[in-house]
Amino acid sequence: MNFNNLNQLYRSVIMDHYKTPRNKGVVENGSMTVEMNNPTCGDEIQLTLNVEAGIIKDVKFQGEGCSISMSSASMMTEAIMNQPVDKALEMAAEFSNMMLGEDYHITEDMGDIEALQGVSQFPARIKCATLTWKALEKGFKESEKI
Amino acid sequence: MDIKKIRQDFPILGEQVNGKDLIYLDTSATSQTPLKVIEAMNDYYREYNSNVHRGVHTLGTKATDAYEKARMKVRSFINAKRFEEIVYTRGTTAAINLVARSFGDLVIEEGDEIVVNEMEHHANIVPWQQLAKRKGAELVFIPLEEDGTIALDSVKAAMSDKTKIVAITHVSNVLGTINDIKSIAEIAHAHNAYISVDGAQAVPHMAVDVQELDVDFYAFSGHKMLGPTGIGILYGKAELLDKMEPIEYGGDMIDYVYKTESTWTDLPVKFEAGTPMIAEAVGLNAAIDYINELGIDNIYQHEKELVAYAYDKMSAIEGIEIYGPGKDKRAGLITFNLQGVHPHDLATALDSEGIAVRAGHHCAQPLMKWCEASSTARASFYIYNTIEEIDQFIESLEKTKEFFSYEF
Repeated sequence: MNFNNLNQLYRSVIMDHYKTPRNKGVVENGSMTVEMNNPTCGDEIQLTLNVEAGIIKDVKFQGEGCSISMSSASMMTEAIMNQPVDKALEMAAEFSNMMLGEDYHITEDMGDIEALQGVSQFPARIKCATLTWKALEKGFKESEKI
Repeated sequence: MDIKKIRQDFPILGEQVNGKDLIYLDTSATSQTPLKVIEAMNDYYREYNSNVHRGVHTLGTKATDAYEKARMKVRSFINAKRFEEIVYTRGTTAAINLVARSFGDLVIEEGDEIVVNEMEHHANIVPWQQLAKRKGAELVFIPLEEDGTIALDSVKAAMSDKTKIVAITHVSNVLGTINDIKSIAEIAHAHNAYISVDGAQAVPHMAVDVQELDVDFYAFSGHKMLGPTGIGILYGKAELLDKMEPIEYGGDMIDYVYKTESTWTDLPVKFEAGTPMIAEAVGLNAAIDYINELGIDNIYQHEKELVAYAYDKMSAIEGIEIYGPGKDKRAGLITFNLQGVHPHDLATALDSEGIAVRAGHHCAQPLMKWCEASSTARASFYIYNTIEEIDQFIESLEKTKEFFSYEF
């Protein structure tokens, strides 16, 4: 017995983000807070952001979930830090493409998020990886309405 | 019992998953289906598919006979007094909703109390929450003991003059706790309250006699007892079902329809509006035949052996937490967490070994809070599982633990 195919999913960079999450916590006096959960499995995520003049000045996450959902959140915060909101939303779209096995465009300045590409081979886990991005999209959509 | 021979009755157990022989440890979610059940439903569609209780042609009569024969089979399987007490539903959830909606609306008034507890599946909490909201009633929770059991004294303490309904599961789908329904029914009745039992995790695994238990309502599902999805049973005492209003209206359930009003037909069809699940009733009939052939007590014994074996082996794993009562007091399932490995990651790792377990909140979020876990993993056993499979499962657990403790 071996876990070869698991190595494809649980790459070391993913486990590194899971065990040593970046930007974990709450942005005090942030301009935006969004929460999302995955009712089928119980994963929960909260994002707090400070957006100034269309730029994400600060972002933090906290939540409960598996290595895929938590590492994805950690990677996302690094990728979108100091980026314009439009760029972050583009990344969300590209990330979604990557998960769906479609053509995607992810560049080096987006940090480690491409490490999750292997998740697309595990259909039952795609929602874990996309939870944090869905939360981000929801947050921006809600703040647009205000 | 010859488990190897029994396994041959289940085509799916010959499947490979991720290149490994399937080890199916998720019966608490849904059981696998023996060939006899598949063939019975196949025969129905190939030979006598027709609507029931309508028309006079030969196939219609044959379908109606099969549908009603299945009801008789269910009646004797749980020892209900009369066939009128067996109502077909879509499943346990629909059965409980029928009780909460129809019977609940009949007996609950503002200020009344409905007694529940934290080990309930969402299907046995949410309908009561909604009833309480509709009527301005209160939910009262029986506190659980530290080992996840319910003490009869705590049940007594939860009762008051205002208690109208006690809603409780027979067997917990997470803790494996087997509740003493007979004694709890006695307590409920002594307080002039009714008892409604979620039997989804009990009926497939142990002998259930609704008269002996003296319950007012008892719900269970076909797909957890070797039968098909989409069919369940609500048992209710005839004198109570008789007083209840239907919650669905349409064909079959009427006695006579006038232009502006209608009257209802007799029990149990009063609660079965529209074309029912005929193929599924045929399948359920075959499933009960299959269980009867094996003997429900033999099934119970086999699961007891499996769960005791798995419990000892799992307890020996360092960093494991097992929820619920000890091995002698539990049904055939074990819910657990492995330190440092999230249940979803665990389930993915086991899946890569062909082992199916459940991971998540098991539709029991209040219980997850009680367990102080956001999520857990669960292995559940049935007649077709073997000691060898448990050994494989344990080996894979150890390997998974090692994989995730590795410094990447």
